[in-house]
Amino acid sequence: MEEQYMNYTPQDFKSDQEVRWCPGCGDHAILNAVQKALPEVSKQLKYNLERYVFVSGIGCSSRFPYYVNTFGFHGIHGRASAIATGVKVANPTLSVWQVTGDGDALAIGGNHFIHAVRRNIDINILLFNNQIYGLTKGQYSPTSPLGAITKTSPFGTVEHPFRPGELVIGAQGKFFARSLDVDVKLTAEIMVEAAKHDGTSVVEILQNCVIFNDGAYDNIADREHRDDRVIVLRHGEKMVFGKNRDKGLILSGLSLKVVTIGQGGFTMDDILVHDAYNPNPGVHMMLANMEYPDYPVALGVIRNVKDSTYDDNVRDQVLEVMKTAKIKSVDDLLNSGDTWEV
Amino acid sequence: MDKQKSVQELDEVVVRFSGDSGDGMQLTGTLFADASALFGNDVSTFPDYPSEIRAPQGTIGGVSGFQVHFGSRKVNTPGDFCDVLIAMNPAALKANAKWVKRGGMIIVDADQFNEKGYQRAGYKTFDAVSELNLQDYKVIFAPITNLTKESLKDSGLDNKSIIRSKNMFALGMVYYIFDRPLNFTEKFFEKKFSKKPEVVEANKKVLRDGFNYAANIHAIASTYKVKQATTLPKGKYRNINGNTATAWGLIAAAEKASLPLFCGSYPITPATEILIELAKRKDLGVKTLQAEDEIAGICTAIGAAYAGNFAVTTTSGPGLSLKSEALGLAVMTELPLVIVDVQRGGPSTGLPTKTEQSDLMQALWGRNGEAPMVVIAASTPSNCFDYAFMAGKIAMEHMTPVLLLTDGYIANGSEPWRIPSMKDYPDIKPPIVAEGTEGYMPYARDEKRLARGWAFPGKKGIAHRVGGLEKDFLKGTVSHDPTNHQRMVDIRAEKVQRVQEFIPEQQVIGDPEGDLLVIGWGGTFGHLFDAVQEMRANGKKVSLCHFNYINPMPKNVADIFGRFKKLVVCELNMGQFANHLRMNYQQFNYLQYNKVQGLPFTVVELVEKFNQILEGK
Repeated sequence: MEEQYMNYTPQDFKSDQEVRWCPGCGDHAILNAVQKALPEVSKQLKYNLERYVFVSGIGCSSRFPYYVNTFGFHGIHGRASAIATGVKVANPTLSVWQVTGDGDALAIGGNHFIHAVRRNIDINILLFNNQIYGLTKGQYSPTSPLGAITKTSPFGTVEHPFRPGELVIGAQGKFFARSLDVDVKLTAEIMVEAAKHDGTSVVEILQNCVIFNDGAYDNIADREHRDDRVIVLRHGEKMVFGKNRDKGLILSGLSLKVVTIGQGGFTMDDILVHDAYNPNPGVHMMLANMEYPDYPVALGVIRNVKDSTYDDNVRDQVLEVMKTAKIKSVDDLLNSGDTWEV
Repeated sequence: MDKQKSVQELDEVVVRFSGDSGDGMQLTGTLFADASALFGNDVSTFPDYPSEIRAPQGTIGGVSGFQVHFGSRKVNTPGDFCDVLIAMNPAALKANAKWVKRGGMIIVDADQFNEKGYQRAGYKTFDAVSELNLQDYKVIFAPITNLTKESLKDSGLDNKSIIRSKNMFALGMVYYIFDRPLNFTEKFFEKKFSKKPEVVEANKKVLRDGFNYAANIHAIASTYKVKQATTLPKGKYRNINGNTATAWGLIAAAEKASLPLFCGSYPITPATEILIELAKRKDLGVKTLQAEDEIAGICTAIGAAYAGNFAVTTTSGPGLSLKSEALGLAVMTELPLVIVDVQRGGPSTGLPTKTEQSDLMQALWGRNGEAPMVVIAASTPSNCFDYAFMAGKIAMEHMTPVLLLTDGYIANGSEPWRIPSMKDYPDIKPPIVAEGTEGYMPYARDEKRLARGWAFPGKKGIAHRVGGLEKDFLKGTVSHDPTNHQRMVDIRAEKVQRVQEFIPEQQVIGDPEGDLLVIGWGGTFGHLFDAVQEMRANGKKVSLCHFNYINPMPKNVADIFGRFKKLVVCELNMGQFANHLRMNYQQFNYLQYNKVQGLPFTVVELVEKFNQILEGK
């Protein structure tokens, strides 16, 4: 009999709950991508549907667990990383997915987020970045650009935004990828890679908020210009982009530089090959920080480095200690050490 | 031996070690307590230390104390006043002289009573005895620092290490005075410094030299003998403090439930030792996660509870404040979780190392919305084990967060404990939902406890979602329906109230009726017990009603209260439990005796207060 995990369809991961995001919200596309990715993850990793746990904090994105037909936990504001960490340590066989927004993960949950990344606990964090607070109706977020005019910054923000990739790599993150909500195929593909990675996988999904920050990514997401303004990175492949696949990235001194192949003496041989597995974060950091219009925005898996995970380390240490332990039960414990008879 | 020496036999003795916070007084006191316990006395201890890591040396602010009460009968408190005070410097003497019984013995390190020492401690003169009015006390000026240097001059240790050993010289003197065996402490040195034989030898030598010095000087006219305790129940004993007992009680609950124990926590005084003890217990499969903050501590625990571990989080007052929002989440998701709050002086950072009972209102009410929670309080160092176990049992069987209150006094204090056997503890049977349960409803409840089922992720056929938004009565899906909200608020309250059916009736110590009922809860038990016993020995009709189950309270409370002419609620806060009683049993009039000084009650002040009440003052 063929195992169930071989035959899931996206339909199997749709819950009976009505999806209540605004029409046109990028979240719909991301939900589609997840429901597309999970059958593939199940097939590749031999996971049953019950093995998935979706954990979220608060915000529009955090309604996500209700819409996926598996185990789910809709937590409190900013604390999804902590809750997900507890789930994973309690039962390391579970496939734990954290769904969070830029406000949830990087403002109120900033502490938990960086520490989850630092510990390299094996959870998959889907970070929906729309550069705005949606559920509380239009206040600036930690990723809103300097000067952004919002309800709480009527004269423009005066604070510098976080760049999630920089934060992740700065916290010793081992997996960072980026996608666009509208590119369901790429998003699903990245999610499968994130699931296969042991350790904290952070997938930043640039997501449009139709109500409070519509068009935040139009300059790169727009179909007409997208190919010239983003670069999709794939491990082992040349860093080329552009409608005509004639642009590429080279290293010039200690910086990346965009060149046109066939111009200025640059040939395909000069173009960098993407090495996502390189433990050295230098180039990954530069790729993650590229911003339009100086550079194309990097999509795809930017960093994917193997390392031991927190949950495995906890489990291994417990097993190691138990193997040679003299104390096997609470009775042993109570009677250990200095005791005397009366 | 000195023939002139007299040996006095005593039932009980209190010794207080005091010195600068770098003088090793906590270790000295602990070693003395352990030696007394292993010798066969009943023991109660009270560590009293400053919160500064290192206050300026020799100042009052840096004085660290450790009081040991031991006896040939059951001792319930560390004692109000001490028979012998060891003061390693002028500041320690100044800070502690008021705790010595009139005419008691005071041993000081004479070498520290120099100009510098007196000035640092803020004396007006260079005569401590006159200035502190100690003429009626037996004050022994022993050159402890110089004798320690002399004792260890050939030890090969460096000067700093030698001076650091002076506490062991003082300890040796006390061992002589109370005729304590040295072997337990010598064994401790051998174990503790097993890799440094020269340190073992040095410590042994200085301890013996202190012992011999005390034997040789004629200043110590009498020594004391405290026989082994004979009134203690027969059995095997060990020494235990409240934090260790709490940790072990939690592990015991996990064992009885056959589930792994998970502790997500953040260090905070005085709760940290629970986390430290649990972290050691990987041999019993305990998983500890030192979180990035208090909020993460409880949230990792909630995640672990959802995933099917017995989950706990430990903290003290300010940490509990940070956990408040997550406590509400645990109430809403109806997951088993034990929150241990080791109370300390507040508000805010308050008195981190001092004891208080002032988190009770926070424990009962410190959450947004109608968020009732089971609250339990331990009352002695050793019964922290039982109440931690019960907190786990109630949390898991009733599917509810349970808040366990202890306090700095019982958490750090220690006492001998008759080692129980796990076969005498009840099984814990959480309502775990079986794989493939047909028609599983996440918020369906069992009729007796109103507990919902515990469905672990990973199991087939029972996938479900929980969260902080209001739940549909059965399906657990999000519901904003007004009448559903009322129904859920009601049933969550009723679920907590139903715990009353599963806890023992309240006991009264003393007669079931009388002139005065002394009411207390938590860590004040020993002092209230001794005070009530003293009143009763003097023919007063006084009884004690001491609570461990705070919410819900046992069923028979009103019945007990109604049999006494007067009720006095004694607590180390400004009346939080008294107000809790006023809310729940409005028909009675409650007198109060409150103290908020970062210190336990003394038996003396309690007896005085009770006598005043009886006299109608």
